[in-house]
Amino acid sequence: MSGGDAAVGQARIDDPTGLHARPAVKLTKLAKGFAAAVEIRAGADGAWVNAKSPNAVMKLKAGHGQTLHVRADGDDAAAAVAALVALVKRNFDG
Amino acid sequence: MTDTVLPGNALPDNVAIVIVSHSPEVARGAADMVREMVGDEVRVAHCGGNPAGGLGTDVAAILAAIEAVYTPKGVAILVDLGGAETNSEMAVEMLPEDIRANVAICNAPIVEGAVMAATEAAGGSSLVEVRATAEEFRS
Repeated sequence: MSGGDAAVGQARIDDPTGLHARPAVKLTKLAKGFAAAVEIRAGADGAWVNAKSPNAVMKLKAGHGQTLHVRADGDDAAAAVAALVALVKRNFDG
Repeated sequence: MTDTVLPGNALPDNVAIVIVSHSPEVARGAADMVREMVGDEVRVAHCGGNPAGGLGTDVAAILAAIEAVYTPKGVAILVDLGGAETNSEMAVEMLPEDIRANVAICNAPIVEGAVMAATEAAGGSSLVEVRATAEEFRS
């Protein structure tokens, strides 16, 4: 990703089960609400995947205690990163 | 048997989901998973069982389920085994041509496919995208 407005953020996954099915669906739905390209990875060494892809997010299988990294590129990139980080920080509640 | 849920904030702009199982309990359970995991922005209809109340599928019930949630944006159908697919194909063939074009049977596991399809649909994706997401699913 390059150019435009870019933003990055991260948050630790506190859920004992990690990024399991319901949180994965919530994260995907949230990401889809933004125009910016949004990507996530599990841990600093993980591969970046499209946060708007239900299959990619479900397959990430980020575990408890891992840090979820978020990056976005586009007009609402900062808002997208803030929203996803907030979702992880509130343990996917609501 | 057909059961349809049309929550107040379900958007006709989102592709709808129809779940067709041999078992009414499986169909209802899969629909419950979609509503609990994805929410109510996506309309979901489900049907299962034959007219005699046993395991099986019923073309008329499938047709009614499709018509209950139909939107020009599209309807993605998730099926379980054999007859669910062939009866769903028959139901789709009975639809008027202009409606039929907006209805797709997905080659995906019924429960997982329904959840993934609905997740894709909730973001306003097209029927082509919704179907692709369901069919790409691998646990």
